[in-house]
Amino acid sequence: MRNVPDFLRPNKRNAWLAFVALGLLLLVLPFATDALLGRGWVRIVDFALLYIMLALGLNIVVGYAGLLDLGYVAFFAVGAYTYALLGSPQFGLHLPFWIVLPIGATLACIFGALLGAPTLKLRGDYLAIVTLGFGEIIRIFLNNLNAPLNITNGPQGISQIDAIRVAEFSLGRSQELFGITLPSVHLHYYLFLALTLLVIFISLRLQDSRIGRAWMAIREDEVAASAMGINTRNIKLLAFAMGATFGGVAGGLFAGFQGFVSPESFSLMESIMILCMVVLGGMGNIGGVVLGGVLLVVLPEALRNGAGPVQQVLFGKTLIDPESLRMLLFGVALIVVMLWRPAGLWPSSQRQRELEAHDGEAQQEQDTVYDASR
Amino acid sequence: MSLLEVRDLKVSYGGIHALKGIDLDIAQGELVALIGSNGAGKTTALKALAGLLPGTGQVHYAGQSLHNLPAHQRVRAGLALVPEGRGVFARMSVEENLHMGAYCRDDKAAIVQDLALVYTLFPRLAERRAQLAGTLSGGEQQMVAMGRAMMSRPRLLMLDEPSMGLAPMMVEKIFTTIREISAQGVSILLVEQNAKLALEVASRGYVLEGGKITLSDGADCLLGSDAVQRAYLGA
Repeated sequence: MRNVPDFLRPNKRNAWLAFVALGLLLLVLPFATDALLGRGWVRIVDFALLYIMLALGLNIVVGYAGLLDLGYVAFFAVGAYTYALLGSPQFGLHLPFWIVLPIGATLACIFGALLGAPTLKLRGDYLAIVTLGFGEIIRIFLNNLNAPLNITNGPQGISQIDAIRVAEFSLGRSQELFGITLPSVHLHYYLFLALTLLVIFISLRLQDSRIGRAWMAIREDEVAASAMGINTRNIKLLAFAMGATFGGVAGGLFAGFQGFVSPESFSLMESIMILCMVVLGGMGNIGGVVLGGVLLVVLPEALRNGAGPVQQVLFGKTLIDPESLRMLLFGVALIVVMLWRPAGLWPSSQRQRELEAHDGEAQQEQDTVYDASR
Repeated sequence: MSLLEVRDLKVSYGGIHALKGIDLDIAQGELVALIGSNGAGKTTALKALAGLLPGTGQVHYAGQSLHNLPAHQRVRAGLALVPEGRGVFARMSVEENLHMGAYCRDDKAAIVQDLALVYTLFPRLAERRAQLAGTLSGGEQQMVAMGRAMMSRPRLLMLDEPSMGLAPMMVEKIFTTIREISAQGVSILLVEQNAKLALEVASRGYVLEGGKITLSDGADCLLGSDAVQRAYLGA
């Protein structure tokens, strides 16, 4: 703390200033991104917000309750397809978004409980395999529910999905607000930002609640947790249902934003990516999960756009196609981060303490015999 | 009348009968030892009593049948288990662990009092209250597990092998505390492989062999009996 300038010292006033600065930054972010990097990047920022919601939802299951879920994208799919089926020419239904989104969230919640119920006695690798299977079942169903009765339109997916719209105010086209023209991607940004902040708020409150402590107890030791009087069955189901609900909300927004859904968007790779966001960012820590979500969306895009020009500068020509280099670099980045920071980029304070305490452990074991005589 | 009355308790894992029908009684305030060798069914018996394993037979606690009562409600009724291997919440601090013990209580003022009581029972935990439980020594973890169980204000405390893997000095300390808890009027069912230690603190004892109770008597008589001497005390 000695050489830190005054404005960086943590105190109440600085905390407020930082808060206001962050708020302003988030408000102007789409305009700044648009001006500096182009419209396409605003779209990427929107996707980053969707993935943050997903990662925070999975964080409840994996980070808080310690239940390894490899099929999380299924709930994203349930939310997205609910929106797509109820708000598109597919069935000629055009229900408004504020009705469809809660329906999607509720359905995802029910599916979460449905996945949770048969897997209550499973943990770790076994649970991972069952959830993986569940995720695939949902995707395969979506892929094949076009015959004999066409529900999901199969692999072609559902297109011309209604834009997110409240009364006459549609997010699907540019709108004039307070004399400023807001393009569609900007409008989506503000909606997604508001919902992401809501999800962060709920996660924070859950973390410090009775339910949150029960989840952490189950994560640490399930037998002991039930010996504490925790109804482990209900609390685990609640974790699955809560996490799934967040996924369902994100799914609905995704469908409305894209205007198109197909089973391809809900592959196992997506589940793995969301899990990577949670683990790489810092399991159980909201800030870390948000950071993980931002990085894992932005990094592949940055590599896609950056790998070509960098090669031009270094070698004078493009040696390797940026598109094929992208995932290689991305994989390397994942490995490097996990080696360098095994608890994630921004671990929860508990994980942090645990890693720091690790060195002191051996010494303490030795002290025990001596201490016992005190 | 006894606080806990167990009649013909049977537990099986798949086709294997781990408990073949045991009878057990614990009076209010009594300290009873359940001794036996590895695989005799001691932990199974405790888990079944705590509601963590399904069993058949009659179990009456404070005059009420525990039939079909799930584990989390047994804790509310005052039956607390300190699980084998302690089961502390490794990534929570000592104090957070103790608070988890009071999970099913909502009388905040009394919880604060009980926390102070646990800290007088285990002064070492007061020193380490902010430390992560996973970084404590085995003995200290045993203290956390016992203190945590005490936070639920149990009428019957069930201890599963509290001496397991501890240094002799620490074992002594733990057993002194078991006596203190017993002196407060809490009934205790103590499961131990270390028969001598257990019978020294207990007033009565049961010997469990191959899922059946083969002997039951006053602790002094068991300590002196030939069968126990031969089987457990190596005399």
